[in-house]
Amino acid sequence: MFQDPVLMSRALTALTLGFHVIFATLGVGVPLLILLAEFLGIRKKDPKYTLMARRWSRGYVVTVAVGVVTGTAIGLQLSLLWPNLMRVAGQTIALPLFMETFAFFFEAIFLGIYLYTWDRFKNPWHHMLLGIPVAVGALFSGFFITTVNSFMNQPVGFDIVDGRLANVSPLEAMFSPAMPTKMAHVLTSAILTSAFILAAIAAVQLLRQRRNQLDKMSIEYHKKGLRLTMTVALIFAIATALVGDFSGKYLAQYQPDKLAAAEWHFETSSEAELILGGWLEDDGQGGYEVRGALKIPYALSILAGGVPNYEVTGLNEFAKEDQPPLFVHYLFDAMVGIGMLLALISFLFVLGRYIKRLNQFSKPMLFAIAAGGPLAMAAIEFGWFFAEFGRQPWALYELMRTSEAATTSANVGWMLVAFAILYAVLGTVTVVVLSRLFKENPVGKELKQSEHRGEAMFADEV
Amino acid sequence: MQIQELGIAVLWTFLYGYLIVASIDFGAGFFAFYSRYTKRDHLVNRLVKRYLSPTWEVTNVFFVFFFVGIVGFFPDTAYYYGTALLVPASVVLILLAIRGSFYAFANYGSKESTLYMFLYGATGLLIPASMSTVLTVSQGGFITETENGVFFDGAKLFTNFYSWTVVILAIVSVLYISAMFLLFYADKARDQNAVELVRKWALFWSVPTIIASGLVFFGLKSQAAWHYESILGGNWWWFAMSFLFFVIAVSFVYMKRNYGIAFLMVMGQFFMAWFGYGYSHLPYILYPYIDINGSVVNESMAVALVIVFILGLLLLVPALYLLLRLFLFDNDYVRGKRSSGKA
Repeated sequence: MFQDPVLMSRALTALTLGFHVIFATLGVGVPLLILLAEFLGIRKKDPKYTLMARRWSRGYVVTVAVGVVTGTAIGLQLSLLWPNLMRVAGQTIALPLFMETFAFFFEAIFLGIYLYTWDRFKNPWHHMLLGIPVAVGALFSGFFITTVNSFMNQPVGFDIVDGRLANVSPLEAMFSPAMPTKMAHVLTSAILTSAFILAAIAAVQLLRQRRNQLDKMSIEYHKKGLRLTMTVALIFAIATALVGDFSGKYLAQYQPDKLAAAEWHFETSSEAELILGGWLEDDGQGGYEVRGALKIPYALSILAGGVPNYEVTGLNEFAKEDQPPLFVHYLFDAMVGIGMLLALISFLFVLGRYIKRLNQFSKPMLFAIAAGGPLAMAAIEFGWFFAEFGRQPWALYELMRTSEAATTSANVGWMLVAFAILYAVLGTVTVVVLSRLFKENPVGKELKQSEHRGEAMFADEV
Repeated sequence: MQIQELGIAVLWTFLYGYLIVASIDFGAGFFAFYSRYTKRDHLVNRLVKRYLSPTWEVTNVFFVFFFVGIVGFFPDTAYYYGTALLVPASVVLILLAIRGSFYAFANYGSKESTLYMFLYGATGLLIPASMSTVLTVSQGGFITETENGVFFDGAKLFTNFYSWTVVILAIVSVLYISAMFLLFYADKARDQNAVELVRKWALFWSVPTIIASGLVFFGLKSQAAWHYESILGGNWWWFAMSFLFFVIAVSFVYMKRNYGIAFLMVMGQFFMAWFGYGYSHLPYILYPYIDINGSVVNESMAVALVIVFILGLLLLVPALYLLLRLFLFDNDYVRGKRSSGKA
């Protein structure tokens, strides 16, 4: 197993991407939230929001650093582990990869400027304007890189003439049928997750308010943070769910095997039921029987085609060696389940503003939000693992098998070990550094400092 | 100019950009650690920090830009180099990851730690050392293609004398470029104590730089005769110019004047050597397997990449200018008169 370059390449790619996606997700969503907080701070002349933007950006830059180095790793690992894939990708989908570096370049320049110019302008709006290219660059990097993954799911924009690529159209390859839903799903879920992570931090602080002896101002600060992040979370939870529905329709039309594997839909049929959870047993005739699952009549047909009598393609239409692994069903269910839960939590919180009996800051509510942060990130992981395992056995859908794409080098196993150690160290130190950073500068202290200096809202560290 | 020539020129220019900005960064890491170790960090480290903090991420992107671009313009590079260089490139990636993240931990995180500084300084020398071996590999003899695939003879590279001279050149020129830049920056900051210290470094590292350059230049004759002949056949003047720039740069520093122009001369020195090396290396990207004419990407992709590149530059150049104006050309910032305004 350790000697198998294909398996080891898959494992190392999964490891790098699984680690990187945590930071990439935050990288897409958090700048938007920082910008919102800074905007509210200036607009409402409320130093609490301004401090929020500063504290978030201070933590954000640490996660960006890890995102940058792991992003560099995956960028080069694509060529190191999948040289055959990249040889074809270079001919067809190099354009958005190239554009992604520009978008990130743009973001990196303005991030450097944004972080180091908080006190440099008399007019606070000027500083906020510098944050806009950061957020825009982040969204565009996410968009471009997602188009590459879309292409892997739906390779279009070229012909194959006598076994060679011909008539390449880079734009068509970039705007593949998979792109709209995938892009929308990645961006909305990244913002949702970022909002929940920031909300979870605030919720934990409020749960520990007695132990940490938070003063009134700090409690007010965290409550404001929760209101902001949970409102954003609700909006993007709804958006994510809507886009998820479109994704189902995309899959039914273009990648029916992925949808069928996710839903354990073995026989093509109309009026198909949606299967939630459960497990599989051999039916003695080479097939499976679903046990212990919750079955919702018509729901799969509606998800796939919008009407109850839509005919959903089953796995029986695909050769055994072309079918994705069946455990993706659990990944899919976990992703959707968490998504629904996040929508419910944020809905109840926002509702609490209008219905007094639903106390927004009750203990159960704060616990739910605190759990929602890690759960949201888990859903991101489940979603990506579903997307990648669900495309198997293909690296480029119905064009190049994963086994044909990989390197032939015998040393991948050792690289897997080395990178696993690296990510373990980076992950641990990131958590330690971030928690120390915020423990040493409690909100209360910083708020007092800003009060002392009158309208100047910034705690000076130098 | 044909599109493959334009493509390789663009990529090579970006790698030149990386060479300069990364050398400043890599060397600064070493100097920061060294001066802390010799308890002189109060002299230079604020200076180093003031320049590096807002710019380190930008440095990294130059490198990413290069390897993404080369796979786009010349997809065969992914196949040959990707297969062959799994281990050395992974080592570079791990070093880059340690360097980038520990810089952020030390700088944006809590207190300064000597361990973080050591990691930052050590990786600054190891990264250019390992990256530079790719230049030796590109001249042929280490990667072979058989029916069973592409193979890389790592042991041969490791025991190759020429390859080590390139490694040494990479390390000493990083220190030289970095010291020359810091000298300019310290002078601009009117920090006399730092100027005196950094000037010694700059002069000191100029000697091994020029010796190692000579070794690499003449060593080429036995290592890659095809390349050496290409240089002698009309491309030697790049290197003569490079030497001239070197002499001017070091003379200014010796005479304690014009540090800004001296650094421009250093950039000129490496520009000439870098492009002379690259130009005489053509048409090969990997001798003898990848040449730019045979392995260029299909035309529609090449055109699309060039258009995006031009549009991208229109976006980046003003942004880079703004960055430089705020942190390099703003005298108050450089002198530390402005509060850094850190979040």
